[in-house]
Amino acid sequence: MRAASALLRKDLLLELRSRESVPAMALFAVTAFVIFHFGLDRSSLAGSLAAGVLWVTLLLAAVLGLNRLFVAEREQGGLDGFLLAPVDRGALLIAKALALLAFLGVVELVAVPVFALLLLGPSVWAALPELIGILALADVGIAVVGTLVSALAVQTAARDLIGPLISLPLMIPLLIAAARATTPLLLAGGAAPVPLSWMAILGLYDAVFALLAYAVFDFLVED
Amino acid sequence: MYGRGLRPLAIVTFGVLTGGLALVFFYAPLDADQGLIQKIFYIHVPMAIVALCGFVAGGVMAVVHLSSGDRRWDLRSYVAIHLSLIMGVGVLVTGSIWARAAWGHWWVWQEPTLVSFLVVFLLYATYQPLRFSIEDSHRQARYASVFAIIAGAFVPLNFVAVRLAQSLSHPRVLSSTANLPGEFGVTFLVCLLGMALLFATLWKYELASKHAAEQLRGLRRRLSEVEARSPEPRPAVPAGVGGPVP
Amino acid sequence: MPALSVDQAGPYVAGAYLAFLGLILVYVAIMAGRLSRIERELDDLAALAERAGAERGDEEAPR
Repeated sequence: MRAASALLRKDLLLELRSRESVPAMALFAVTAFVIFHFGLDRSSLAGSLAAGVLWVTLLLAAVLGLNRLFVAEREQGGLDGFLLAPVDRGALLIAKALALLAFLGVVELVAVPVFALLLLGPSVWAALPELIGILALADVGIAVVGTLVSALAVQTAARDLIGPLISLPLMIPLLIAAARATTPLLLAGGAAPVPLSWMAILGLYDAVFALLAYAVFDFLVED
Repeated sequence: MYGRGLRPLAIVTFGVLTGGLALVFFYAPLDADQGLIQKIFYIHVPMAIVALCGFVAGGVMAVVHLSSGDRRWDLRSYVAIHLSLIMGVGVLVTGSIWARAAWGHWWVWQEPTLVSFLVVFLLYATYQPLRFSIEDSHRQARYASVFAIIAGAFVPLNFVAVRLAQSLSHPRVLSSTANLPGEFGVTFLVCLLGMALLFATLWKYELASKHAAEQLRGLRRRLSEVEARSPEPRPAVPAGVGGPVP
Repeated sequence: MPALSVDQAGPYVAGAYLAFLGLILVYVAIMAGRLSRIERELDDLAALAERAGAERGDEEAPR
């Protein structure tokens, strides 16, 4: 665990100093909202349309950011150093996934209020705790899958393209569950309670992929 | 190795498929609701089931590959996934034709099985680009197996999710294959068996071909090494010595 | 939608079964291409083996 937290600290510090990924992801989300406004020709969204726009944007922003997750390790030889250390390989997975989770959290801190400002019709204050809960659950899933796919794609020649191509289908169940869960919160007539079945599905998705990732990660980083 | 038993398998496959076809058009009664169009069901659904099982089987073979280190399982996994993808094209095409005939549109989102299949297809379509963009062959095999495992686990998860999403908004139109009456059921099962046998036959066939090609490459490499090590080339051998390999 | 009559539905059903058949045939054609390439490589290899055998002064190259 100490190794994982050391790696996590390194990644967070790196991002804090270089500011490569997170600002770009956040800016992408805001731009996407503007694009949606023009593309859909709508000024105010509610219900399932609002949930859809929010989640598609967050997903695309995440997929944009995950490409860079392992690039530093690969290009600057950090991976070889890690492999030489007598440390459980899973620590790298945990560290990277937590880093991606943190990045996503920061991006959403910017994106969700901007969304509420630009496009969302009904007020989201009353349903904020539930919204945060859904965001958290979904983010875990995105982080796990994103880390896995990033590790897979970093060794390929066309990694910028193949990362999104592999992650997006994998994240479709997550998208379905998150959007369906968020829809009642954004209804025009006032927030309705969230159907727990969708939260359960999000949880199941997270659990399955977390276990899978842990089982399979060793084969991705050995040499 | 893979070619053994291929001929009897192919003959049995042909027999079952022909038998199934005969059953479809001469034995199974006409469906009350959909009429003749329902006959498409007998190739569409078996193909879908076999393709999905093929994807999952590819994942299982990948697990064996990673745990045993035996590269042959990677080849088997690759061929299974490759074949399932091709079958997937067939599923989408026949599904689309069926949708057009039954509902008037070339694509319908109400049909959860068809939709989940599209998602699975999109995922597996990245398998070959992923494989062939990794140069080192050992790493390629390893990463492909990891992908096959993740994707194989994803298939059931995706089906559950899409089914749940659709069931709340649209009633399922695809007849439940679990409780098919009499003649429908028998015909369906024969077609399913035929499709499964077809998959197995083509799998063995492609494996035999790939295996042979691989061995040829190895042989060629060894022979050119031998040639490289030998002294200056002698004059040509007179005709009659040796000959083309049969 | 009410069931299409047999004449209207015919083309669709035929189309679906033909698509299935077409898929198999395309696959077989591709495999046939691979097989002929294997045959060609085998011929090349046989020639190579012959030369290698002759250069090392061996007697008949293996058949």
